Amino acid sequence: MNSKYFYYKRKLTSSIMMLLTFVAALAAIIPLVFIFYYTISKGVTYLNLDFFIAMPKPVGEPGGGMANAIVGTLILIGIGGAIGIPVGVMTGTYLSEFGNNKFVFLVRFLTDVLSGIPSIVVGVVAYTMVVLPMKHFSALAGGIALGILMIPTITRTTEEMIKLVPHSLREAGLALGIPKWKTTLAIILRTAWKGIATGVLLGLSRAAGETAPLLFTALGNRFWSTNIGQPIASLTVYIYDYAKSPFEDWNQQAWTAALVLILLISVLSLVFRIITRSKYKTN
Amino acid sequence: MSSVKKKFENNILKKIFSSHNLGDLIFERLTLLFAVSVFLLVLLMGYEMYLGSKLSIDKFGWSFLVNSTWDPVQEIYGALPIIYGTVVSSLLALIIALPLSIGVAIYLAEVAPPWLEKPLSFLVELLAGIPSVIYGLWGIFVLVPWIRTDVEPYLSDKLGFLPFFRGAPYGFGMLAAVLILSIMVLPIISSISRDVLKSVPHSQREAALALGATKWQSTIIVLKDAKSGILGATMLGLGRAIGETMAVTMVIGNRALISPSLFDPSYTMASVIANEFTEATSEMYLSALIQLALVLFVITIIINAFAHLLVWSMSRKWKTA
Repeated sequence: MNSKYFYYKRKLTSSIMMLLTFVAALAAIIPLVFIFYYTISKGVTYLNLDFFIAMPKPVGEPGGGMANAIVGTLILIGIGGAIGIPVGVMTGTYLSEFGNNKFVFLVRFLTDVLSGIPSIVVGVVAYTMVVLPMKHFSALAGGIALGILMIPTITRTTEEMIKLVPHSLREAGLALGIPKWKTTLAIILRTAWKGIATGVLLGLSRAAGETAPLLFTALGNRFWSTNIGQPIASLTVYIYDYAKSPFEDWNQQAWTAALVLILLISVLSLVFRIITRSKYKTN
Repeated sequence: MSSVKKKFENNILKKIFSSHNLGDLIFERLTLLFAVSVFLLVLLMGYEMYLGSKLSIDKFGWSFLVNSTWDPVQEIYGALPIIYGTVVSSLLALIIALPLSIGVAIYLAEVAPPWLEKPLSFLVELLAGIPSVIYGLWGIFVLVPWIRTDVEPYLSDKLGFLPFFRGAPYGFGMLAAVLILSIMVLPIISSISRDVLKSVPHSQREAALALGATKWQSTIIVLKDAKSGILGATMLGLGRAIGETMAVTMVIGNRALISPSLFDPSYTMASVIANEFTEATSEMYLSALIQLALVLFVITIIINAFAHLLVWSMSRKWKTA
């Protein structure tokens, strides 16, 4: 009787706890559903062609679009990518190909730590390094901040992806008398490139969603500008400004901008996936 | 033994291939250059912020951290209420998020059938990928009104005798920041904890089950094995919460105030910088804000370094075993 009591008690506790973990998993998903629901349902009201090709209207006038912000975001992540991709891929290559000393350990550790540094701090650094000497806000400063933020993601993915390449491929290359650098570039990186591209995409799409480092580097711009020496608009800064504004019309546009940002990130990942797939088939 | 052999082979390979090959030397040095640049970048960041905040460091020194007046008009800068807001909002967010995150991690690593685990993990990671400004937007227009009309009146009605739930139900304030932060750190803690739990060898579970343990009892054993890794994941979540900027700035009310009530507005280091940086007209003001960024930089570096060491030591433990 006693042992049976304990038996059922243990069974019951186990079942209850397992159920609770399931409830926790469900609870974690609820905010996601809510955020997507509101972004889509509120954002879709202003989503029309104008939003993509028109400029913002002056204060008080309804309508208008965010063509400058969409292009601005693309320019910013372009500059960021021009810095973050080479540094990330080369560093990742170094870490995996020439790894096994204390310096490699240190760099690996620092990239991990760098990924945890708040993006606003990176913005402050970009401000002191670029904006102060140039004496004005610029797309370049914002792009540099985004580039720094991309480095850890791209570095670590590159390193992991290169490590997945079978050692026999490397040995085959070397056995044929191909120098190591050529083996790395033409065999290892080529085999791992799909995975590396995923890391690059992840870095780019995270950068596209960054706001804090742009507030006082790229600043924002209500006019059309593609000059990287001048302040530039971005979707995220627009969302921030419009969300805080007292005009209901602008609040609505903030939701649309949020939806467009999510669409932009999805399109980025789709394009990358198509590129990587077709390339892989021809191999 | 095998590592010695490998080193020996590596050395021979190096002698045969690298030393005689200029291309290899250039390639190695080139990639090394980039690796060094990452190393230098972290140093440079600290140095730049030190230079930028020198004015304020010289004037206020350590009192910057304990002085409770933040007054740009009088040019007096003490960050205590701001540090208070940062610490309280992050810790409370962790208290809410941690049990849930561990629940999610256990479900994903131990309980969920494979067909459910993959999409669920994907959704959790999706939650981590939402830009923080979109969290903030949602916070302003959905979360804050809900807190104002439902949560705060309810709390002050039922628990109003506590000092934590007093004051006008304004919506914007510490409570909103805590809730939004807990949503944001949850996917980080749970996805790292899930990986940590999965790194515990299956034999640990089998041994427990073979002795007649229930699923939950074997999970407790796995949790004990994964303790340090989960602690590391929690620290990473803490680092994220401390540095989170946009979502918090948009809902916390932005006033440098030390108040026990969760209904009152507050301020965090990151949100002060985001809010006031472009308005900083005097050099001292700017310098104080950069000093705030420096403090944030140092704190997050320490937390992240500690967290990564914990997670690493965890994964290495099972690799060698």
